[in-house]
Amino acid sequence: MVMAVIAFWKSHAAELAGLMAQHVLIVAISTMVAVAIGVPLGVFASRRPRLSAPIVGIVNIVQTVPSLAMFGFLLPVPLLGGVGPRAAVVVLILYGLLPIIRTTIAGIAGIDASVREAGVAMGMTPNELLRLVELPIALPSIAAGIRVAAVVGVGSATIAAAIGAGGLGEYIYRGLSMVDTTVILAGAIPAALLALSVDGGLLWVERQLLTRRRTRSRRAAVSLAAAAVAAVLLSSGLVAGRSGGAIVVGSKNFTEQMILGEIIAETIERDTGLTVKRRLNLGGTLICDRALMTGDIDVYVEYTGTALTAIFHQPITPDARASDSLEPGAPGVGPRRLEGGGAPRAVDVDNVFPRVRDLYARSGRTLLPPLGFDNTFAILVRGSDARQLGLRTIEDAAREAPHWRAGFGYEFLERPDGYAGLARTYGLRFASAPRVMDLTLSYRALASRQVDLIAGDATAGLIKSLDLVRLEDNRQYFPPYDAVPVARAQMLLRYPQVRAAIERLAGRISADDMQAMNYAADGRHEDVSAIVRRFLAERPRGAR
Amino acid sequence: MPALEFRDVSFARPGGNRVLDHFALNVESGEVLALVGRSGAGKTTLLKLANRLLLPDSGAVVVDGCDTREWDPIRLRRRVGYVLQDVGLFPHMTVEQNIGVVPRLEGWPAGRIAARAAELLDLIGLAPEQFASRWPDELSGGQRQRVGVARALAVDPPVLLMDEPFGALDPVTRAELQAEFRRIQNQLHKTVIIVTHDMGEAFALGDRLGVIDDGALVACDRSAAIVESHDPRVRRLLDAVTLLSPPEAESQRSRAAPAAEVREGGAPRPIK
Repeated sequence: MVMAVIAFWKSHAAELAGLMAQHVLIVAISTMVAVAIGVPLGVFASRRPRLSAPIVGIVNIVQTVPSLAMFGFLLPVPLLGGVGPRAAVVVLILYGLLPIIRTTIAGIAGIDASVREAGVAMGMTPNELLRLVELPIALPSIAAGIRVAAVVGVGSATIAAAIGAGGLGEYIYRGLSMVDTTVILAGAIPAALLALSVDGGLLWVERQLLTRRRTRSRRAAVSLAAAAVAAVLLSSGLVAGRSGGAIVVGSKNFTEQMILGEIIAETIERDTGLTVKRRLNLGGTLICDRALMTGDIDVYVEYTGTALTAIFHQPITPDARASDSLEPGAPGVGPRRLEGGGAPRAVDVDNVFPRVRDLYARSGRTLLPPLGFDNTFAILVRGSDARQLGLRTIEDAAREAPHWRAGFGYEFLERPDGYAGLARTYGLRFASAPRVMDLTLSYRALASRQVDLIAGDATAGLIKSLDLVRLEDNRQYFPPYDAVPVARAQMLLRYPQVRAAIERLAGRISADDMQAMNYAADGRHEDVSAIVRRFLAERPRGAR
Repeated sequence: MPALEFRDVSFARPGGNRVLDHFALNVESGEVLALVGRSGAGKTTLLKLANRLLLPDSGAVVVDGCDTREWDPIRLRRRVGYVLQDVGLFPHMTVEQNIGVVPRLEGWPAGRIAARAAELLDLIGLAPEQFASRWPDELSGGQRQRVGVARALAVDPPVLLMDEPFGALDPVTRAELQAEFRRIQNQLHKTVIIVTHDMGEAFALGDRLGVIDDGALVACDRSAAIVESHDPRVRRLLDAVTLLSPPEAESQRSRAAPAAEVREGGAPRPIK
């Protein structure tokens, strides 16, 4: 295990350095801003004791919001929120404020009354008192607050990878979505070491501040700390700056999406020579959609059925044309059958793509031609069960369901084309309410008999490697989920060569290709970029 | 013209508790006035009125011929040295830096500040080369008090206010510092107000003595005249001194206990 992690670091040295630099940069910037806001706020609060309790109270409440939720709240906020390092810095600033404000107030409150009185009686103005007496005496206490803020920041910054901020959390999330402990450790170990060294380094500075015996060493500590911060910022800026580029490619947070994102990114780089910035592993559908809206990313791969139902809240039914459900504000979840209608109606496969394309076009986004495979939801059971019980369709499974437990990802439980409609369509009922679990982990939960039925991706590599069987959607509940690149129209206008490059991928990735690549990543733990390079090399640019 | 003048000053705490009631007092330039009174008699309030940490409710406090209301408080405070009972040395500054605080605020060049600190350390009997770079917590109580005096004298203010300056010291050190103070005052001739609850200290330091009781000045005269006073409020303070003075014998110390009890416990409130 240790050897595997070290080998991973060796093969990803440049990337590791970049992520580490991003991590440090995010923490350093947010801590400095938190100091710039928190110390004056703490001074203000100690000047006005009546306002002190409300100020501390508010920051306290902010602190209790789980960081993942905080990133969620910030997503739709203009300027401060969205995806990427900016939102991460904002969240880390909010978290850093509490310890800094608190220790500033405590440091100033701890000053001997006679000392302050002496200052006033000697004719210090309030500013002179603050500068010459209060802040210097409170400094060790404030430094302790800064240390806490920075260490908490190193931890919270790992979570920020969920919104594409980069940093060492990137490995942790990548490892989680690939169920690869090596990759998780590759991110977690340096993050822990970083937290420890930040803690140790700042503790040393703090000690130097406390022992004012030797003024020279104290000054040395302060200037050393300042120099270290400057050096870190400079080098991090250089390393992180290198990853800045013109076209930003995003992806959702599971293996297939990262492979597709990498394919798009690699193709643009190869065919246009433009610099590409990867913001892969960006949480769920809505985060990617939001990021595309705000311009935080330029292109990512969506699935037509997902776009139709989850993003645009349109019914799945083919009657859309007749009932004019393209109108914005048309009723949300599509009923499977017409009200009072008779026979179940098949999903109009051909209809979905043009509808989604039109919907995207209205909000300044362009749907590019499908990549060639349909990643529908796959209702999966263990191969042994399927053979033993003779299960072929979801309808068959509905008979067994009352003895079964099911496990679904968050998205599947919430989506209009998800569990609720599926249960209605097939009359599914389980022994207990479905367990909510991470999509990627649910495959292993099924294989290890923790649950008996899951909803996975049709192209998932683990289906093959874990001997799972996909049940046929014989009532055609699921719409088609053709993988389609969505891009900001503005970017395509500016870089027509990017459009041409992505369009050359049209119809080039079959369901088998996709499953093979997913398996290479999830089953054989191969590196995503290596898988993508091999795939693109085997298929040289097609004829125009 | 008196250096410092209290004209019919009344002052009440925010709660409405009257501290000073039509208080009048003149302090002449170059004299040491010792104000004696029990704890809570309003002594510290008087000092705070003198450097405009407080403003009177009615009447006027006049410093150098100018009402404190008209003084810029910062300028006034830098002209008036202030020595607190618990000194309040800045713990993050060396002795030299503590003494140099007001000069620094006044924008003196560093060399002049250092020279002045050395001069003052000499004056208060602490060897500069030994003490200049020490930290306050490396000093004894008496040394700290000396540094407090030096700090108050740093920009050579004409007026010095001292609030129970030697109250927290042991008797031997206190006597030493009192003698030291007289020696320094003979050199500098400052206008000084010292407040204390200790009549013995007042006798040792003051050119004149003022006795404060319940917010009013009940006597103010040369020591010799005060000793002769028949005012019961003055006598009570005088008796405490004779009872507690160190050379007295065993028998007298035993009498001190009941006296102290009266002072602290159910002392009869003076009649209004």
